Amino acid sequence: MNEKNSSYWYKRWTLIPLIFVLVLIGVFAKRLVDIDNNKPASYIPTVLLNTLIPEINLDPLPNRGKGLNSEHLRKKLILLNFWGSWCGACLIEHELLMEIKRKNIIPIHGIAWRDKPNESINWLKKYGDPYSLVGQDPESKAAIAFGVTGAPETFMINENGIIIYKHTGPITEKVWLNDFLPLIREYK
Amino acid sequence: MASLTKLLTPLFFIFFVISHKDALSVEPEEMLKDPQLEERARKISKLLRCVVCQNESIDDSSAVIASDMRKMVRRKLIEGQSDNQIISYMKQRYGDFVLLKPQFSLNNLFLWFSPFLILIIGIGIFFKNKFVDNFEISKPLSEDELVKLEKINEK
Repeated sequence: MNEKNSSYWYKRWTLIPLIFVLVLIGVFAKRLVDIDNNKPASYIPTVLLNTLIPEINLDPLPNRGKGLNSEHLRKKLILLNFWGSWCGACLIEHELLMEIKRKNIIPIHGIAWRDKPNESINWLKKYGDPYSLVGQDPESKAAIAFGVTGAPETFMINENGIIIYKHTGPITEKVWLNDFLPLIREYK
Repeated sequence: MASLTKLLTPLFFIFFVISHKDALSVEPEEMLKDPQLEERARKISKLLRCVVCQNESIDDSSAVIASDMRKMVRRKLIEGQSDNQIISYMKQRYGDFVLLKPQFSLNNLFLWFSPFLILIIGIGIFFKNKFVDNFEISKPLSEDELVKLEKINEK
């Protein structure tokens, strides 16, 4: 009785490393699949989701409106897009942002991050200006306050100034249809 | 002469290592005039991760965002904020990720304790195998087996 028992448990114990390895393989496999899912391997989830936007007060670009402050971001559902004339990936999403503006789907405010104001404004003149309000952030004050790591980065902010979504990297059509549009529809 | 070289080589080596240690990414114009504040800035910067690098502090990194984070640390020091205030501001913005030295929290409880847990399990297995009798005591052969054995022996 006793000896039978101990061999029974012995066999069970030897399975533990096997189970451990299988679980590890499962975790790695999931991570691999996740990378394909529009999220870069270096993806860092924002801790600011569902929190109030930080206080910012940014100067305007030359001859372009009054700048951008937190008050502007608390009026209705809007997108806030960090970009710069130096940012190649920003051109990938640019056409889509222009279309959002043309179709009047949702207002987009821009933050010209770490850019020379003249170069930002020239970029907008050259490629088109999808933004309602634009503020400049030459020293990354707003970027750090929003936990931004790279451009482009886009936040969706509701009328109470709560960050309800963040996307890192260019907004592709797939991202727009799968992530942004359902949230916007939900709000309307 | 040879002994002089022998003496000087390690000295030069030490000199280069030490001089390199301070030749980091902090640009001269970033530095604060007040040496005490600057020292605190360096200390804080060494604890904060450059958010676009793999495993570098903002003190070590030449990335532009790291440079801007260093400047923000210094601005906040001038404003009179404490080291902890500045570090928790960065943590609030970028999450635990920004801390090079992870803090203890509910999320990483298992991570902190798993080595001890595994050690305890290992010790448990060791003592079980060592002191609990694991040998299978062979039972006497059954009737069927005795018949089989006899048949084999007859051949």
